[in-house]
Order: sequence, then structure tokens, then C-alpha cells
Amino acid sequence: MSMKTLGKAKKDNINLSRRSFMVGTVNTTLLMAFGASAIPSALSAKEALSSKTFSPNVWFEMDTKGNVVVNIAKAEMGQHVGTAIARILADELECDWDNVSIVHVDTDPKWGYMVTGGSWSIFQTYKPMSQAGAAGRQVLIDAGAALLGVSASSCKAENGYIVSGNNKVSYGDIVAKGNVDKTYSADELGALAIKPGNKRHLIGMGNDYKALDIPPKTNGSAVYGIDVEVDNMLYARPILPPTRYGSAVTNVDDSQAKSLPGYKGFKVLSDPSGTIEGWVAVLASDYPTAIKAVDKVKVTYNAGKTVNVSEADIQKEGERICRDRNEGTLFVDEGNIDEAQNRAARTIEAMYTTATASHFQLEPLNAIAEFKDGKWHIHTGNQWQGLTLPAVAKAAEVPDSDVVIHQYYLGGGFGRRLFGDWIIPALLTAKAAGQPVKMLFMRPDDTMFDQPRSASTSLLNASFDDSGKFTGMEHALAAGWPTLAMAPGFMPDGVDGKGKVDPFSASGADHWYTMENHRARVINNKVAQDTFTPGWLRSVGQGWIVWGLESFIDEIAHETKQSPVDFRLAMLDGKGKQAGQAPESVGGAKRLANTLELLKKKTANVKLGDSEGIGYSVTAGQERTMPAWLATAAHVHVDKRSGKITLKKLWVVADAGIVVHPDGAMAQMEGSLLWGTSLALFEHNEIKDGYVAKKNLHTYLPLRMNDVPEMDIEFVESDEFPVGLGEPGVIGVAPAVGNAIFDAVGVRLRHLPMLASHVSDAMKA
Amino acid sequence: MIEFTLNGKTVRTDAAQDTPLVWVIRDEFGLKGTKFGCGVAMCGACTVHVEGNAVRSCSYPVSLVNGKAVNTIESFNNAHPLQKAWVEEQVPQCGYCQSGQIMQAATLLDRNPNPSDQDIVNHMSTNYCRCMAYVRIKKAIKRASTNTVEIFDPNATSEGENA
Repeated sequence: MSMKTLGKAKKDNINLSRRSFMVGTVNTTLLMAFGASAIPSALSAKEALSSKTFSPNVWFEMDTKGNVVVNIAKAEMGQHVGTAIARILADELECDWDNVSIVHVDTDPKWGYMVTGGSWSIFQTYKPMSQAGAAGRQVLIDAGAALLGVSASSCKAENGYIVSGNNKVSYGDIVAKGNVDKTYSADELGALAIKPGNKRHLIGMGNDYKALDIPPKTNGSAVYGIDVEVDNMLYARPILPPTRYGSAVTNVDDSQAKSLPGYKGFKVLSDPSGTIEGWVAVLASDYPTAIKAVDKVKVTYNAGKTVNVSEADIQKEGERICRDRNEGTLFVDEGNIDEAQNRAARTIEAMYTTATASHFQLEPLNAIAEFKDGKWHIHTGNQWQGLTLPAVAKAAEVPDSDVVIHQYYLGGGFGRRLFGDWIIPALLTAKAAGQPVKMLFMRPDDTMFDQPRSASTSLLNASFDDSGKFTGMEHALAAGWPTLAMAPGFMPDGVDGKGKVDPFSASGADHWYTMENHRARVINNKVAQDTFTPGWLRSVGQGWIVWGLESFIDEIAHETKQSPVDFRLAMLDGKGKQAGQAPESVGGAKRLANTLELLKKKTANVKLGDSEGIGYSVTAGQERTMPAWLATAAHVHVDKRSGKITLKKLWVVADAGIVVHPDGAMAQMEGSLLWGTSLALFEHNEIKDGYVAKKNLHTYLPLRMNDVPEMDIEFVESDEFPVGLGEPGVIGVAPAVGNAIFDAVGVRLRHLPMLASHVSDAMKA
Repeated sequence: MIEFTLNGKTVRTDAAQDTPLVWVIRDEFGLKGTKFGCGVAMCGACTVHVEGNAVRSCSYPVSLVNGKAVNTIESFNNAHPLQKAWVEEQVPQCGYCQSGQIMQAATLLDRNPNPSDQDIVNHMSTNYCRCMAYVRIKKAIKRASTNTVEIFDPNATSEGENA
């Protein structure tokens, strides 16, 4: 699959309009759904809908009271995604928002390919949901006009009614009395105009509405995977092997555990999918007994070969492969960097590194596996069922159609719940036990089985001609690659055809600055890759790649004696490939420049005290095909004696197109800025003896309330196509903070997280 | 046999003395609003009240609640000012930590009906929110504290209280 194919996969999602759309009354309910790509043409919409001959990603229904239920095929993990999607629909459908509810669905194939990640949800569903709403409204207008005995052209749809002059009929009555049977062909649907941004009344800035999933999250009634029980189930806790890969169990001695009331023995797991190796599961009639039993069951192993790997080994390999130009694949190759370097009067070089970081989503991994009526039923919260389900089926040695994943609220996703590898040991234990099993990971188990953000290494080099002008940049970047580990089919070829590229370990290096000569070479760090499963962690590659890039841009600006802000603005000219493309990146680098201009004005009068500084960054996460344009500024204080870094304030100006759910977008931005802060200043989990060293929250120390800086977040009013906002806020914080530290005390920090000891060491140097 | 009151009802359990309270509440009595997070009293997702004090039920042996009153998020019945404030301020994202956050915050307001920003930070920094909804948690506590004062009526009967 090429890079274009990944882009095309997303576009196809946007353009669900290539499918037909069906509206029909079935058993006094009005069903509306996109058709399968090939609906038997003999079937009317009603027949197709009643026989469930459809393959929609979008399906909603309305009853005789006008209540609308919208089925949501996206995971709810804090982004209030169902609310936002339903709101896009309701805006076009003109139904009464108070009558709208949402349902999160299971993995029935009718929902299509299911993934919630990449901050793609709104981006992907905006157009099909808008079109579906518009088509439904037109059908209701036609049916309502017939009931009122007036022409459709005299009618308009308004808050759950079809209105013609002084007459009106409610949507519920239309459903009760109407006999709707209408299919829109792909072309007809495509011809239905969707409202432009400035005609929307339920979405966009100024629309203050509450998320539908919030009330149950304030009273304990929201059901997460960990809350599910099934009849006759046993509890299980895993015992993890000494390495992530390649360990084998040689002996299990449970003699000490046998006296525990409720202990139900152990299973040595053998995994046909190859996802886990060397695992043992302990069974009990209750979970506290399973916790205790794990401490009493003694397992011996032949340990895998990564048992002694340390963070330093990974960084050493990272530096080696960044310096060896024969390693890796070109991701960007603009102009002629070799010539620029040969002609250079001067060059500068810097290496940026980041430490391994953990997800620490608060709900520990868990799943129930139950074999019932010929199928495996899995109960868990998962982000990427389309990737997970085939692996689970392989482990169970059944066809994909014999696995159903039932969805629940996710107690945090952040990328850890994309590939649901934790389901596999639960299923294998249930299969071995011949009984339903709820496997719950204790926190250290969860942390060891995390898919951490890999340690990373970035080597940057800038060339200058004899007049001091910046002439080109070479960028080499290395890390463990999550997509290689978990979804290699999604890896496109590099631009030099020398190999595959993990787009989630490369995006960000293809920035929006106009540079005459620019090369980015991406390299997989095999020491990291062999030691753990590198994970997609909120903001993925952008989080570490743009940290190096945007810090180094500051270094270049200082080298050329220009203001870092003005230097950036000059390179954000929107020329050539940086002009962007409609609809998703229309305006290109000019929109990014606009956010920085606004931020520059906002921060022009900030008073800086002694040992204080301000730093800037611009970012366009998550990909060039879906850029959220963000300018970030950080105001820091640095204690010169202790090195302590205090982040006093963050500013962000964001242009993300139409902001569908303004309060939800604000919440995502607040959370992602604090994630960015946490990764910039607090979180690190170095690999020691083959695993992350810190297994729980007494040693792993993410940001808490006492570390929260002041935040000023502004969204640019825009009617452009909406892009995702769940992750992009993370990206710009670390470089803005690093640039602010340089501004404050003249010290350039090049490792994340930036710790007091790094400052004091650098001050001494 | 250990006997205690759980949300006002007397309950008995045969769980081993050292069983962490969280599993008794969740798995034996089926009250799933109390969450399990870290197991070492560092995240606060499992916070419940024992005799009106916030405790970490993941690290609190059930034997210690013998004869005592235990209250969980379910005891608030959507009637606590903090729950209303949590909705008004749209606090939860994933929501997993929020039962614990609300239980922790409730003990602050019990003792200090009008906390300062710093009081809130001091009291709440024990509780981890991975979505980092901290700004809104703080705002919601401020909102609830203000409302508590506004609606306080010394002559009110116990009607409507969750007794």
C-alpha cells in the first residue's frame, strides 16, 4: 500500500457519497443508511433496509415520536465523538437536538472498517454525515408536503417539523403516517448541496452544547470494559515473561498457590497468532485471589534475547543509524541537499533525543472472552477493531466472522487501545479453561505490556552560504516503528523506493516551510523494535519529530541572527507544494502563518521577569493530508541555580476549519496541551533489562493539577473543512518550551523530557 | 465475617480480611462506579468515603471497614452539587477517574465550603486524570463551592437529602 493509498483510504471514507443512500419506513421506524457498494437493484430502499441488505458506516433511525437514534461506529474515549457526529447530522436533518441519542455499536461487519485514531473521526465523517442529514431532510420535506397537501417547494424543515406557511407536521407524525421508500443514487446524493460552514446552526464556534456521554460519567453509571461481567466467568491475571518477545516457559510450580481458597489453576498460553510468547495465566473464582496467586506461582523461562537491553543501547543504535546515510529510506527529498552541503560556507548540526514514554491510560487493560453459540464474544473497549479482530480470530483459529467485539467506554485510549493485543491472552485462557474468562491486568502488568512511545533520535543539519543565508536542511530520524509492528500493510514506499516508511514515525518531517533543499531520511531502530512493541501514543511521530524540527528551526534562526518568529513567517510563504489542497489543507502554509501572526500580536506585550523567556513553535498535525494549523507559545521561568523549569503559561492559536463541537474541541486542546507539557517536562520510562523500568505511578510521574500552567487557547473562525483536534495540541509544547528556555537562560536542551539536571549540567558546560 | 454499611445499607462479606475494599465493592456488591486504576493508592480512581473520609479502596483492607459506614459515588444519586457542577463545566473526557475525583472533592467541600484555588490544588493533586481535565475539575469545584453557599439554608429539613 503506498502513501497515496493511505490517503485514498481516508478520501474514500470522506466520499461515502459514492454509495447510494436509502430512506425507508420499516415497522413504523424511519431508517436511513448508506447502501452497500452493490445493492441488488431489484430491492427498494424499504426492502433493502428491512432485510438489512446494507453496509453502512452511517445508519440512523427515527421513531413516531421524532426521536432520532444515531449509531456510532467510533470508540468513545473522552473526545465525545458520538455527540459531535450526531450534531453534524442533526444540523442538516433539522431535527430537534433534544430528541437525539447515540448508540456505540459492536463489530458487526455492516458497520464497515472500524478505527478510531489519528484524530480522523470528524474529518472522515463530516461529509457523509452532512449528506445523510441533507438527504433525510429532503425525504421528510417531500413526505411532509404530501401530508399537508402542499408543494414541497413551499416547505422548509425546522427543528423537527416540516413547515409550510401556517401549517406544519412533526417528523414523528410523518414517520407514523408516511410511507417513505426512497433511494438516492450516488450521483443524486453527490448533487445534494451540503450547507456551507456559515449556514450551520448546530455546529461551529458559538454553538454551546453539552456532550451526551458526560452525565453517566459523573455518577458511576458509565460502563467501561472493566465493569462487564458474564455468567459463569473465571477471573484471570497474566504472568508476563522476562522479555516482550522470544521467551519460553520451561516450568511452572504452583504448589504454593494451591492452598488459596478460590484458586483455579494456571494455563500456559500457546498463541497461534504469534502475538504473545511465554505467557502464563492464573485463574481464580475472584480477582483478589488471582492477584495473590500470581505472587505464589513460580514460573521459569528460557528468556528472549532482549533480556539485557537498556535505553542506552537503543540510543546508541539510534545515533549510529542517523549518522549512516546508507540506513533507512527517504521520506522527503526536495532540491539537492548534497549540492547545498558541498557549497556551504558553514553548517550546523544538532542531535535531538526523546526518552521512552508510557501510555498509562487509567483503566488497566482487560477483556472478557466467552465462546457462545458458536462464536467468540469479546467484551472490551477497543479503538481499532478492523485491525484487532483478524488477529483475535487467528489466535482463536476461527474465521473472522466467528468473532464479535462488543464495545464499551474506554478508560483512556491515547493509542494504547488501537491494536487490542490484550484480548488474545484473555481468549487463549478462556479457550484453555473451557469457560468464560475475565482477564484483568494489574497496573505493572499493563505497563510491561504497554506499547510505549519509542525512544527516538533525530539528527539535523543546516547549511548556510557565504552570505550567511540558510540554504538547506538534512534531517535523519530514527525510532521503533508502531506501524511496522502492528499494521505493516499501512506502510507506504519511501520517495527513493529503497524501502517502506511508517507514516506515524515520519509525518511532521514533511513540514510546511518552503526550503530550497530539504531531505528527511527515516530509519527504523531495530534494537527498539526487537525489544518492545512500539506504540502509537497521542500525537505519535509528530510528538518527537517536530520537537527536534522546531527546536532546530530556532537554532537556525539564531544562527542567522533573525527573530525566530519572523524567520518562520518568512518560510511560511505558501509557495509550490506548500500552497495546500482543497478541501482539507486549503490555504496551506498561509493559514499556518496566519496563526503565528495572531500569536505574535497576542504575545507582543508579555512582560518577562528575570530568568524568564518566551518560545514559539508552529505545527500542522497530524498529517499533510489533515493539518490542524497551530501556533504555540510558552512562557517559562528557569531557576539558574537548581535548573528547575517552571512553565508559567501556554498560548495556542488554532485554525482547524469549522469547529464542530467548540467546547469539546476546547477540552481536547486543554488536555493535549497538558499532555504535551507532561511529555516535555515529566514523563520518561527508560528501558532497563528489556522492559520499561517504571511500572507504576509511584515512579512514573505525569503532570498533576499542581503542575498545570495558565493556558490561553484561541480558535480561528473558519468555514473550511474540519480537521481533527484530539492530538495536534500535544506537538508544539515541547519545542516552544525548549525555545523559551533558550530565550530565558541561553541554554539549548536537546533531550525530552527536559529536566532540571539537564539545565544545570548545560549551565555548567 | 465482616459487616459494614454500604451506601446506607448493612452488608456482610466473607472476603478474606486482607482483601482490598475495591473488589468487595465492585465484584461482590456490584457497584461498578468505583474504579480500579493503579492498585497502590497513587491515582485516586478508587476513592470512596469511610466514615466521611476519602480513602483509596484499592489499598484499604476490607477488615478495616468492619462496623463502619462506606459510601461510594452511587450514594450521591446525582444530587450532589459537585455532580451538577461536573456536568455544567463538562469536566469528564474518558471519565474513568471522575468518580474518584468527585469523592475526593466532596471531602474538601465538607471541611472547607469555600476553598481557594490553592486549597483545591493541594487537595486534588493526589488524584490523577490521564485526559488531564484538571482545569475543568478545578472550575467545577469552584462552581460547586459557590453554589453550596448560595443555597445553604440553616432551617432546611432533611427532605430531599440522601439520608
